[in-house]
Amino acid sequence: MSEPLVTIEKLHKSFGDLHVLRGIDFSVDVGEVVCVIGPSGSGKSTLLRCINLLERPESGTVHVAGVEITDIDCDIDAARRQIGMVFQQFNLFPHLTAMANCTVAQETVAKRSKAEARRIAQEMLERVGLADKVDQYPAKLSGGQQQRVAIARALCMQPALMLFDEPTSALDPELVGDVLTVMRKLAEDGMTMLVVTHEMAFAREVADRVVFMDDGVIVEEGRPSEVIGKPQHERTRVFLKRVLDPTHVQPT
Amino acid sequence: MSSRAKPAVTDTIQPRRKLSPRKRAQRIRLVQYAIIIALAILAAVAADWSQIVDVFFRPSLISRAVTSGLFNALVNTLVYTAGGFVLGLVAGTILALMKLSQVGPYRWMATAYIEFFRGLPAIIIFIGFALLPLAIPGLRIPFPPYGTAWLALGIVASAYTAETVRAGVQAVPRGQVEAARSLGMSPFTANRKIVLPQAFRIVLPPLTNELILLVKDSSLIYIIGLTIAAAELTTFGRQLANTTANLTPLVVAGFCYLLITVPLSAIVRRMEASTEKAR
Repeated sequence: MSEPLVTIEKLHKSFGDLHVLRGIDFSVDVGEVVCVIGPSGSGKSTLLRCINLLERPESGTVHVAGVEITDIDCDIDAARRQIGMVFQQFNLFPHLTAMANCTVAQETVAKRSKAEARRIAQEMLERVGLADKVDQYPAKLSGGQQQRVAIARALCMQPALMLFDEPTSALDPELVGDVLTVMRKLAEDGMTMLVVTHEMAFAREVADRVVFMDDGVIVEEGRPSEVIGKPQHERTRVFLKRVLDPTHVQPT
Repeated sequence: MSSRAKPAVTDTIQPRRKLSPRKRAQRIRLVQYAIIIALAILAAVAADWSQIVDVFFRPSLISRAVTSGLFNALVNTLVYTAGGFVLGLVAGTILALMKLSQVGPYRWMATAYIEFFRGLPAIIIFIGFALLPLAIPGLRIPFPPYGTAWLALGIVASAYTAETVRAGVQAVPRGQVEAARSLGMSPFTANRKIVLPQAFRIVLPPLTNELILLVKDSSLIYIIGLTIAAAELTTFGRQLANTTANLTPLVVAGFCYLLITVPLSAIVRRMEASTEKAR
């Protein structure tokens, strides 16, 4: 197998006294779909945000596509073009239409012509099933539609890697499926994806690998059938029981 | 149980029927209306209407004001205010970004400037500008007298708009910057394309309020000393009131300010109502 797309070595991150990441070693291969699961506060989102340097780790290195993101000489704006990110709260630009949300970075960052940017944006919005919402403002869209625009917006930069930070956690339950379907299609098209999620069904069916994090470390990782099906560690078992069978949990 | 027993007791005693709270409020309101109407009638009867009209609203002086350059003065007020506001908005935005900068000295400079010029009475700044050419021989501010007026008004406006714009920038959620940066935008581009457009939308009502304040502050320009042609409303009204020994020209000038400020406040109210709806 070729060089991994993402390589993380000995990553540490603290917020004040809170040691959120305690030495993460981890890699993602080209075309691989990795789901990161774990209890809240375990550092999953922070790990994701360290990969495009929205959080600056204290020590350790992150390489994406051969570029050391954590190097002070790294052109972070150029590196981030390779890394699409989808947020829990969508973070669409409310003053721009769905189309303009998708074109603004293409024009200002990728220096594409207006026509070229519109063509790509149209293509990506069709890909997420929103060709008819092109001229709508985010406030007029449902949560699921907003999140799909956000995915299209990230795809417009033609990234090598997509990061998803709990993309369905802020959605009404009946809208989750639309977003997950888009993500599944993206995975089938060969996109390299790193997904922080609580959707165990999605992780089981779509992921090539599942990573369980707890307390700032990776507790175990492996094929979904192994980690979710036959977890080796007690912490993983406890977490999965709480998530998969929440009506039979002993209150702590 | 006791509550059931009580009404029986009050029923039997009942010294005087008490008014219900709503009934009482109604009576009090009626009394207030009666007093107000009585005072209005008293004032109307007691006032010397012919003198009031003669001093404040003399028709001959109203027409004299209109024909002797009222319109010119109104335009001048608008030009002074608009120039000062544009200057203040640009400088204020730069100051706001300095105040939010990660570079300490930028923050300190902006804070010092804002605190200094916000704390000073505007009239001191205008007196300063009036004296500046005397104090510094050879100093020439371009576009006299507009340049001086714009600069003085711009300094006053910038200190206020800086704080308003800063509040607007801070009201834009953090996630917006993160989304912009994660698409590869530089901090400058993220500000220009994503943060500032949203910030200005948020602060449009308070900014319009500051424009209203600036319209009124433009009256202080008279301190700089203006020729007749460059006179704004207050200078114009004051000079004519002085020469005619009558307040009518001042009232006319004052009414012109209202022509500007009342529609502006109506716009602010509408904007506030529409942002309320959007929420």
